[in-house]
Amino acid sequence: MSVFIIRRLLQALVVIFLMSLIVFAGINIVGDPVDLLISPEADQAEIEATIRRLGLDRPWHEQYGYFLLNAFKGDLGNSFIFAEPALKLILQRMPATLELAFAAMLIAVVFGIPLGMYAGLKPDSTTSKTIMAGSILGFSLPTFWVGLMLIMVFAVMLGWLPSTGRGDTTELLGIQVSFLTWDGIQHLILPAFNLALFKMSLVIRLARAGTKEVALQDYIKFARAKGLSSRRVVLVHVAKNIMIPVVTVLGLELGGVIAFAVVTETVFAWPGMGKLLIDSIQLLDRPVVVAYLLITVFMFILINLVVDILYSILDPRVRLKDVKA
Amino acid sequence: MITPTLEVANLRTHFFTKNGVVKAVDGISFKVDEGEVLGLVGESGSGKTVTGFSIIGLVDPPGEVVDGGILFHGRNLVELPDEEMRDLRGSKIAMIFQDPMMTLNPVLRIDTQMVEAVRAHKNVSRDSAYQRARETLVAVGIASPDERLKAYPHQFSGGMRQRVAIAIALLNEPDLIIADEPTTALDVTIQAQILFEAQKLCRRTGTAMIWITHDLTVVAGLADRICVMYAGRDVEHGSVDEVLDTPLHPYTYGLIGSVPSRNRRGRPLHQIPGMTPSLLNLPPGCAFRDRCPRATEVCMEQPPLAPHGPGRTARCFHPHVNGDKSRRAEMEAESK
Ligand SMILES: Nc1ncnc2c1ncn2[C@@H]1O[C@H](COP(=O)(O)OP(=O)(O)OP(=O)(O)O)[C@@H](O)[C@H]1O
Ligand code: SF4
Ligand SMILES: [Mg+2]
Repeated sequence: MSVFIIRRLLQALVVIFLMSLIVFAGINIVGDPVDLLISPEADQAEIEATIRRLGLDRPWHEQYGYFLLNAFKGDLGNSFIFAEPALKLILQRMPATLELAFAAMLIAVVFGIPLGMYAGLKPDSTTSKTIMAGSILGFSLPTFWVGLMLIMVFAVMLGWLPSTGRGDTTELLGIQVSFLTWDGIQHLILPAFNLALFKMSLVIRLARAGTKEVALQDYIKFARAKGLSSRRVVLVHVAKNIMIPVVTVLGLELGGVIAFAVVTETVFAWPGMGKLLIDSIQLLDRPVVVAYLLITVFMFILINLVVDILYSILDPRVRLKDVKA
Repeated sequence: MITPTLEVANLRTHFFTKNGVVKAVDGISFKVDEGEVLGLVGESGSGKTVTGFSIIGLVDPPGEVVDGGILFHGRNLVELPDEEMRDLRGSKIAMIFQDPMMTLNPVLRIDTQMVEAVRAHKNVSRDSAYQRARETLVAVGIASPDERLKAYPHQFSGGMRQRVAIAIALLNEPDLIIADEPTTALDVTIQAQILFEAQKLCRRTGTAMIWITHDLTVVAGLADRICVMYAGRDVEHGSVDEVLDTPLHPYTYGLIGSVPSRNRRGRPLHQIPGMTPSLLNLPPGCAFRDRCPRATEVCMEQPPLAPHGPGRTARCFHPHVNGDKSRRAEMEAESK
């Protein structure tokens, strides 16, 4: 198991290295931040001083080498705009994004699994057909549009819920979180639901397909032949078997949810990393963009690792050494 | 007269599929007394498993028991409310399934699957349910039960899994066990051992058993009585010796001819020509007609189940009766 984890982490390092190279080269092509950074009234000497200070006078591969050297020391460079370490800026915003992403995942699972299982157990009922129609909508409607509609209906027309920001936050283990205050929860509901909708549709489909397949298995009939209540058959024998694909896919999707949060965060002015990324791209704040992408890749890798470990716990037939690394 | 443990009377179980009605079981009657083993014999697709599921109340849509009675200790199970039926399942009536590789839940440990079976019917502690599970595993010949209970199904061989399934059937000391070809997947030595243990158990505890198989050699040493099925109907009843020595129905006659025996070694097996007919839109008349060497005009009608002595019946217009040589004697003569 530890061999497995170490091997995975080494692979992660290689991926992160390649990723940083691509991002660095790519963003160099996009545009020159100097024009945006320096006030038009600055004279030539000032301009050159700034360029030199930011290291922008060197060829890009030299800049990259310098960046890499610092990165090994844990320094991903300073933001051009805020003149603060990029890493610090992102880490400051990360809890907000993670809170939103986890809230969305929770909604997707808590509603998606029971709805999907119901649709799988009674595929011909009207309720099931309604659920499935809803999941198709959840798949196909664009996130930003749903977000705007949610704001229009629940914030503007009904006035039930706030539409921007995080609301009151409380400190939990040194991190600011919204979900511990009523005001924070109210602020969380709409964006979390917006972000959850797509994943919920996915969970419904997975749970339904899994339930339909598992319900036909001999071991389910055998469980019934033992005289178990249908409650226990469904909640233990069926549910445990469909959890394997659901957890796997959801785990892999968590990275996607964090990345997708960019749209939701923009619509709801949620002060997370996604919003920071959009702002930084517009301002060509290169260190922040690079740091954001590296951290996201790192998170993807970490999440996949956790999913593999979870997978081996859920499915006794899989041992970690067998998982394709 | 004591009531038999189980009496099935004119059972019909049909599947209402898109392509039409599949009459998987279409009129079968038999009874099983306490401590008795009934061999339910027939080729693949004759409706044996569906008969078993009908008795235990697990026929799922589009299937339905459309007619007949299933009297368990005199109580008609067809009319029993769901909750009472659930309580009978696994406690008074147990079933061992055909495919041992598929009957255990792959993601639950053996102890979970055994303990829940005990606790579904008896209000006992987890601990005493566990002890009961352990005891039963030992009874079916599983060594180091504690280790085994902690394991998952994939860590067991097919034979071991079937033993576990048998142990689960025995957990609550049922009055009736329906064993659906439980030994076909096992090798011969283990098969013999399990058959021996099953028979011993019935004799000792008075458990009635229905042993489903397509293999006559299996029931020969195990069953007391035999019911032969063909295309969803019972075609012959009798004691093991009567049916094997003097089969009445041409189908049974053919089946016995297809069993390899010691003194026929080296000779080709006699096969019944043709195949089981499709149960979808079965034409009227005797279902065995197309394959029967004795068929005549009258066989266009459905033959009734006719008595041939005490406990002996056959569904045929031209059975192999008096004047016919004993089938076993005939086969011995052939082999000389
Ligand atoms: N769910 C179902 N839908 C439609 N037809 C079915 C269904 N289940 C069983 N049948 C049909 O019922 C008939 C009898 O099946 P059954 O499984 O009882 O045969 P069997 O005697 O147990 O055969 P085997 O020796 O192969 O196990 C078959 O023709 C089968 O196609
Ligand atoms: S009734 Fe006729 S066709 Fe059917 S088994 Fe008897 S002889 Fe053969
Ligand atoms: Mg069968």
